Amino acid sequence: MKSIKRIGLILLIAGISIFTLSLVFPSYEITDYTVNQHFDPIIHGYQVDLKKAAAEGDTSAVTQAKIKVDSYSALRDRLLTTKGDYGVNFVAVSSAIRTQLNEHNEALKADRKGDAVIWDAPRDFAASIMRPAAAGISVGMKGLLLFLTFGLAMIGGVMYILPNVVLMGPPGIKNHHVFHEKPTNRGWIGWLVFVWLVSFYILLYFFPDYTLGWVFPTDPASQFLKNQDASRWFLYGLMYCSVMTVMAIRMYVKYRNNRYQIVRTSSVLFFQVAFAFLIPELLTRFNRPSMDFKNIWPLDYDFFFNWNLDQLIAEGTLGVFMLVWGIALIVVAVPVFVYFFGKRWYCSWVCGCGGLAETLGDPYRQLSDKSVKAWKIERFLIHGVLVFSIFMTGLTLYTYFSGVSQVAGVDTYDVQKTYGFLIGSVFSGVIGTGFYPVMGSRVWCRFGCPLAAYLGLVQRFKSRFRITTNGGQCISCGNCSTYCEMGIDVRWYAQRGQNIVRSSCVGCGICSAVCPRGVLKLENGPEEGRINDNPIIIGKEGIQLSTDVTM
Amino acid sequence: MSHTVIIGNGISGVTAARHIRKRSDDRITIISAETDHFFSRTALMYIYMGHMTYENTKPFEDHFWSKNRIDLMREYVSTIDYAKKTLQFSNGGTLAYDKLILAVGSKPNKFGWPGQDLDGVQGLYSYQDLELLERNTHGPLVKYPVKKKVKRAVLVGGGLIGVEFAEMLMTRDIEVTFLVREDRFWGNVLPKEEGELVARHMIEHHVDLRLNTELAEVIPDENGRAKAIKTKDGETIECQLVGLTAGVSPNVAFLRGGELEIDRGILVDEYLKTNIADVYAIGDCAQMRNPSKGRRPLEQVWYTGRMMGETVGATLTGTPTPYKPGYWFNSAKFFDIEYQTYGTVPARDLDGLSEFYWEHPDGKICIKIVFETATRRFHGINTFGIRMRHERFDKWLNEERSVDHIMEYLADANFDPEFYRKHEKAVVYKFNAEQGTSIIPKKRSWKRIFSIA
Repeated sequence: MKSIKRIGLILLIAGISIFTLSLVFPSYEITDYTVNQHFDPIIHGYQVDLKKAAAEGDTSAVTQAKIKVDSYSALRDRLLTTKGDYGVNFVAVSSAIRTQLNEHNEALKADRKGDAVIWDAPRDFAASIMRPAAAGISVGMKGLLLFLTFGLAMIGGVMYILPNVVLMGPPGIKNHHVFHEKPTNRGWIGWLVFVWLVSFYILLYFFPDYTLGWVFPTDPASQFLKNQDASRWFLYGLMYCSVMTVMAIRMYVKYRNNRYQIVRTSSVLFFQVAFAFLIPELLTRFNRPSMDFKNIWPLDYDFFFNWNLDQLIAEGTLGVFMLVWGIALIVVAVPVFVYFFGKRWYCSWVCGCGGLAETLGDPYRQLSDKSVKAWKIERFLIHGVLVFSIFMTGLTLYTYFSGVSQVAGVDTYDVQKTYGFLIGSVFSGVIGTGFYPVMGSRVWCRFGCPLAAYLGLVQRFKSRFRITTNGGQCISCGNCSTYCEMGIDVRWYAQRGQNIVRSSCVGCGICSAVCPRGVLKLENGPEEGRINDNPIIIGKEGIQLSTDVTM
Repeated sequence: MSHTVIIGNGISGVTAARHIRKRSDDRITIISAETDHFFSRTALMYIYMGHMTYENTKPFEDHFWSKNRIDLMREYVSTIDYAKKTLQFSNGGTLAYDKLILAVGSKPNKFGWPGQDLDGVQGLYSYQDLELLERNTHGPLVKYPVKKKVKRAVLVGGGLIGVEFAEMLMTRDIEVTFLVREDRFWGNVLPKEEGELVARHMIEHHVDLRLNTELAEVIPDENGRAKAIKTKDGETIECQLVGLTAGVSPNVAFLRGGELEIDRGILVDEYLKTNIADVYAIGDCAQMRNPSKGRRPLEQVWYTGRMMGETVGATLTGTPTPYKPGYWFNSAKFFDIEYQTYGTVPARDLDGLSEFYWEHPDGKICIKIVFETATRRFHGINTFGIRMRHERFDKWLNEERSVDHIMEYLADANFDPEFYRKHEKAVVYKFNAEQGTSIIPKKRSWKRIFSIA
């Protein structure tokens, strides 16, 4: 058994290492063919516009289209003439392409031809030129590489996990050595994983040109699902589902004595694989607007962006259904389900971010900060993000309906871009997941998610959900607080005999699971008596001491 | 301003301090020789097993004490001058008090076994015991893993600390032989079936459990370190560690020989007062002169310490309050199996009482209910592998409900997590078959549970 574990670990590390290295596998030979692959459809598109405008006699449209055709043709010619000097290395090639784009635009600006400037994001532009130009093992043997990365890591992960059924003894949660071992106690392995995750997210979000090497091996899977080559978001989706699947198996093994955990884990895994991954990819395959039907604004922060609204409305019946569905989730599903079940129905049963936290994040849940100070920072930050998202969406809708993109000197698109960068990418991805190994598994959910803030407000003030404390049975051992991923000091309430009613509680149920004395139970009871600020601890007759909140 | 000094920063002393602070502006000082801050003694095992750090075991953040003006002193009290109301510390310092609360806790029992004080022989009660265990098994605290020093340990005395000790050692791959004097595990508390259930589970965890076996002596090696033990049957068992887990007794040696009246513990009246004016004793070290009905004079559990702390806190702040613990309750965990009890279930001698026992086919879940044979009044319940709602059983005990009533409403008392399999039907089915009753179990009702009219 131990040797199976060891082999599994070796395979896992090998898979992750090969994946990491596959970044540098491809080389790029830019040829006339690859450059034209990018430009031909674009230029062709503007030529069509040009003809149409000419036929309609719209002179200003003719001028505009002509400027674009000329500008793109000029840029294409630049690339065609300089391509021999780019080398083959991905950093050099990307840099050279971006230099050409920049010089092209600078020249236009110098000539006061602002209309002709090509506003493509430089790295996306570079990636688009580079993709058809790739060569090497990543392109030649995609299937093999997919096996050597995803395949090895997943097989290794499962081999590392399954022997615990025997090695860890009879069913029951064994958190042995969690604080002794370096991956889970902020030891050097934890920090290494931290660096890896943060680097991964930075590359994934901001360097589409550099990460092509990771994307190529997933082409076969993407082709299979939607008849297209993979994008970096397909890579991310596939990876997300693979990681969650393996780590869900770990949950099944670790918490196999606890049916709440089994059912809940199955639920988050299902919603991730089906709703967040398969359905959107299949919609794309059938040329429909892609939608994650469980993603709710304001977590789904671009739901009201004009391109999305336009796309949905243009789509007809399905699009309108999607629009109505998305709004119904916000105004009906959230309050109604939170009232009956608490925010857990979403955060630890449905949500993708929650799903990753509850599977990949489980080994790190004990690293969340339980101090009152952390709680203060949390409330400030998460409600700040909620306000920011409402402000941003308000501007967006104003712009959508009025057509005015500036309100009191604030540009809607700048606000959207800032939100997308700061909250959508840095906070939810780089920090939210990257910080798992040092700050616990729910960094984003606890400090940043505006939807969690909204769900939390409903949970705090209008819900049947609470964690009931079982009379006087608490021994203040602290397992509950230690393993609360949201950093709630559960013990503080339990030892006073007080129900836990906190906006941040995602109802993962681990406090109840690790309690050695059967003190905690997640319940959807009547609202009456749910909040008991002055609890009486059972066990003593004669005096009833009321306890104030500060002690 | 009156100065209340509390010796001992365990659950009893700290609860007393908190309740005095809530109700008065008195100066409060807590003295401990053990640790700077209050930690949960019950969580020591989790530090050793790596489930938690010492910091995680502190129920209050460090700033709590200054914020609530509770002074903490790390001192060892050597003597007390009751006439001058002054404490003398081992380092020569002194501290005057107006009121004194003794919450000095327990120490592990040693029954005069030859070799009981050898190196490698220890109990498990204090933070220092935990540090000693780290040295005895692996080296300094938190440096894990290091080279294994201990292959086998022998534990002496079958109770709660023993089973926790066994669980701890096994997380470090140390084999455990467990000597239990009685014919069953925790024989002075658990009836036969429950004792057997726990024993089975320990054996499943590869504990070498020896019932009806007593320690004769601990045998030293040439360095004065335990190398084996001998049982009263003459068997020698090689081991590198001996854990003494045969219960605890009040830690009152340093108080003996003075005016303070001490029997096994410090004798107190129902107001937790000792025989000396302005001196109180609470928690493990306190022995009730006249315990309430059904309660023992010494009850060394977390809950009684906490309740005594609350009670003495009220008394010292102008509301003289007798200590009246309600119905007994307790809980524990034996490896993976949780145990709860409400009311009283005698281990032996069911004098005038009847019992009902149900066990799940997997042998890890059971319920034992004891009731008065003549009146059918419910007397107590033991549950293993099922969580029960304390408030429900406390209510039923106070209302003096019959066993039949409890069977009917058993679902209301279930406290297992959601989606767990329910057992009420099976339990009541067996009860009806044995008792000739025809009770139909009611479905769970929130209205009843939360007592909404």
